[in-house]
This record gives sequence, C-alpha cells and structure tokens, in this order.
Amino acid sequence: MAAIDTLPIADPQAAARSAARRERLVSAIVPIGTAAALIGLWQLGVRTFGVPTYIAPAPSDVAVTFVEKFPLLMQNFWPTFFESVAGFLVGNLAAILIAVAFVHSRNVERAFFPIAVFVNTIPILAIAPILVLIFGPGMTAKVVIAALICFFPTLVNMVRGLQSVSPQTLELARILSASKSEVFWKMRLPSSLPFLFSALKISATTSVIGAIVGEWVGADLGLGALIIDATFNFNSPLLYATVLMSSGLSVLMFALVTLAERRIVRW
Amino acid sequence: MEPLETLVGQPVDTPRASLAAASLKAASVRFGTYTAIDRLDLRIEAGAFYTILGPSGCGKSTLLRLVSDLIPAAGGDVSIFGKTTEQARLAREFAFVFQDAALLPWRSALKNVELPLEIGRKRGAVIPTGPRSPRELLELVGLKGRENALPHELSGGMRQRVAIARALLCQPKLLLMDEPFGALDEMTRDRLNLQLLDIWRETGTTILFVTHSISEAVFLGQKVIMLRANPGRLREIVDIDLPEPREMKMRDTPEFNRYCSHLRELLETC
Repeated sequence: MAAIDTLPIADPQAAARSAARRERLVSAIVPIGTAAALIGLWQLGVRTFGVPTYIAPAPSDVAVTFVEKFPLLMQNFWPTFFESVAGFLVGNLAAILIAVAFVHSRNVERAFFPIAVFVNTIPILAIAPILVLIFGPGMTAKVVIAALICFFPTLVNMVRGLQSVSPQTLELARILSASKSEVFWKMRLPSSLPFLFSALKISATTSVIGAIVGEWVGADLGLGALIIDATFNFNSPLLYATVLMSSGLSVLMFALVTLAERRIVRW
Repeated sequence: MEPLETLVGQPVDTPRASLAAASLKAASVRFGTYTAIDRLDLRIEAGAFYTILGPSGCGKSTLLRLVSDLIPAAGGDVSIFGKTTEQARLAREFAFVFQDAALLPWRSALKNVELPLEIGRKRGAVIPTGPRSPRELLELVGLKGRENALPHELSGGMRQRVAIARALLCQPKLLLMDEPFGALDEMTRDRLNLQLLDIWRETGTTILFVTHSISEAVFLGQKVIMLRANPGRLREIVDIDLPEPREMKMRDTPEFNRYCSHLRELLETC
C-alpha cells in the first residue's frame, strides 16, 4: 500500500481543523451556487425564448439598470429607509410599553388586548389609505403604517417574555424581599430579551413592507413610489432593480438586529 | 431596685440561647378547601441538620414555603429565632435553595452570588454582610476559577453549588433546601452531600433539607422529620445516631441500613 505509506503522519487536530474549514466552505458554496445557477437559468430562459423585456427582463438588463440608475435608486432609498427605521422604533417602543402595562395589570390587558387583536386583523393594505387620509401624503402616514405592522408580533412576544421568569426565580425574589420594580428590572426585563429579539427580527423586515405599502397609496419619493412608477411605465428592469433595493433594505435591517442580538443576548 | 434573689433565681439558660431556629405551633396551611398542613407542631433546634421525608403530597415543600414566608399560615403560629417569618425574611435570617438552581441565565456565577446584595432594601430588608465575600463563597463550594462562567456553561451540579453560595452570602442562620440535589446524577449527588456537610459544620447554620431519598435523609440528617399525607401532619421524628462527621462508607453499615428500613416501613404506613 504505497499510497498510504506516502501519506504524511496525520496531526489529528490539523485534520479536524481542515475538515471544519471544508465544512464551512461547502455550507457557503451550496446556497451561493444554487442562487447563481437559478439566475443563470433565468438569463438563459429569457434569451432562448425571446421574452420581451417589459414582461420579464433578463438579469443582465436588471444589473445594467441597477448600475445606471443607482443615483435615482439611492434618492428613493433614503426616504423609505427613514420611514422604516422610524416606524420600527415607534411601533416596537409602543409594543414594549404596552406589554409592560399588560403584565403589570390584568385589567389593562383585558381592556386592550382584544382591540390590539382587532387592529392586527385589518389588512395593512386596507388600513393604509385610511392613515394616508388622516396624516396626509407626508412621511408621517408611512411611519405610522410601518409602526402598525411592527406592533403586534412584538406585543405578543414581549408579554410572553416578561412572563417567562420561572416560578422559582419569583420565589427567590420574594425571599429577598424584592420590590416590584426590582423584579421588573433585574428579572422580568432581561428574561424577555430573547423573546423581544425574535419579534424584532420579524419587524425588521416587515417595517420595510409597511413603509413601501404606505408609499404605494400616495408618495412622490421612496422605493414604493418608484415601484408604482416603474410598473406603470412598463420599465421592468427598473422595477426589478427597485425590488432588489427594497429587499436589500430588509436584509440590512435584519442584519443590524441580528448583530445587536448577538452582542446583547449572550446566554 | 430589683431584689437580688429574683435575678439569681432565674434559669441559667438565657431565653436567647434556647431560642428555636424555627418553631411551629398548631400551624396550618390551606389551599382553598384543601388542607396541605394540619395543625403542625414542630421545634427546629438551632445548629442542627434536619431532613424531611414523606410521601408525595405530604406538604414537605409547603412546610419550607410556610417557614420562609412564601405562603401564609391559615392558622397557628410560626416563628424563626423568636421573630415572625416576615421579620426574619427582612433580616435575611434564612435563605432558600430550590430544586432548580434558579440562577439568572444572563449573570455570571459571581454576579448570581452577588444578587442578594442588590435587592430588597426598598422593601425594608436589612442586608447583613457575612464574613465571606462572593468570591470566597464560590471558592468554598469548589468553583474557584469559574466566577465569570454563565450558568449555561456550568453543569447541573455546578449550578446548584452557585445557588448554595448565593444562599450563604448573607450568613443565614437557617438554610431551607427543597430537594436541591433531586435532579442530579447519583455520583454528583454523593459529592455534593459531603460538601454540604462540610459547609454545615463550617458555618454552624441550621439546615432543613427536603428529600425524596431515604438514604440521603439518613446520611445527611441528625434528625429525620417524617410527615404523613392528607392532611400533612407530623408522623415521627427519628434521631439518627451515626458518628460525626459522616462518611460515605457508613452507608454500608448495618446501623445505616436499619435506619433506612425503619424509615421505609414508616413511609409505607403513612
């Protein structure tokens, strides 16, 4: 067995390390490769069957438009970004405060939870025009819509999180003669953080959807307005590039929340 | 001026010295219509190690919760070193160790031990400082070097030792333990039993220790309190006359096994 004889004497640790490296490489290559293959298939399909650009642009057309119209895309990116972030902050802050009130008093929960559920059942597309009528065509309406879409998942998760303290931990608090505020700051609030971040990850992406839906109803600027504009002008490459930009914004928001979670929730 | 005779004629034993660590007089606990503990009389001598045994539903845990002011007495009287349970709680005279270590998962071992120093002043608790710092207590329970570990990085036995260190921080005169080693494997449990006995001797605290295990009750306890169920009442207090300090090999002696079989018979007829 000459082949085995010529093998270098294996350092088991180095072997394990290189196996781990290979594993990481494979786990990165597989999804990227799949996506690249699908895009290639799309390019090939559009070109082979001569699909008109206004029906479905080839990825290369989208890429060219993305580069050429980048200043326009950025000009429309910022309003949507600010609306999403403001809506994210307002909606989640409101949800957190109301969750605290719910946990503090059963009666507050009894009074307001059904209303929260009702508001959540109204489709966002139906409530958006109402809010644009109330708040006018400026940014406020979009922020409110984005806030509204963030609100419910965070409320439900935050209530659960604040209640997730184990009975024995609460008994410990009682034996240490803890006050209600000490239980809240030292036990309930930290316990709720993993639940809160699950909700924040959801609302990081939905807040962008809220802002864009708000812009559909009435706006001159913003990715939502650009989507409407491009659609009505049959400018499919620009439409696709805008959609790409929107999903980029969602990914950015999601990444920021995930980063914050990694730094804060380390248990 | 007091006549001298009456002073001399008083018993030598001052009331303070004969104070019970915990004293229950006809104490009852009810949950709705269910009587969990029925007119229980019990006197826990200061400095002793008591284990509590009984069939499930006999109110073992309820008894600890009654003594620690977690649940109120429906009748009768409970006192701890002559104080009401509330006064004793505010003076941190007792500490509690739960079956689940009840550590805060975002705090390091050291920060968990320090928790009792940060809580309770607003409600009027007077927080005594024991002779040992949080670091020294972690060393006492054998966790030197793991101060900064988070609970999820520690084994079940280590977590329970952090909980014990936390309980010892305010130098309690009475330590209430509710099946603290119940969820651990047998080898870990044996090791922690020996360690707990060392801590008990070193601190001189009184221990009330609830367990399901007959051999654990005999091995640890100077006295075994046997309760009966429905309603919870005292069945018998069994003195365990095994030599001190206790050692693992005692568990193979005929005396040890006699105690165990006696307690088993009592349990079966509860």
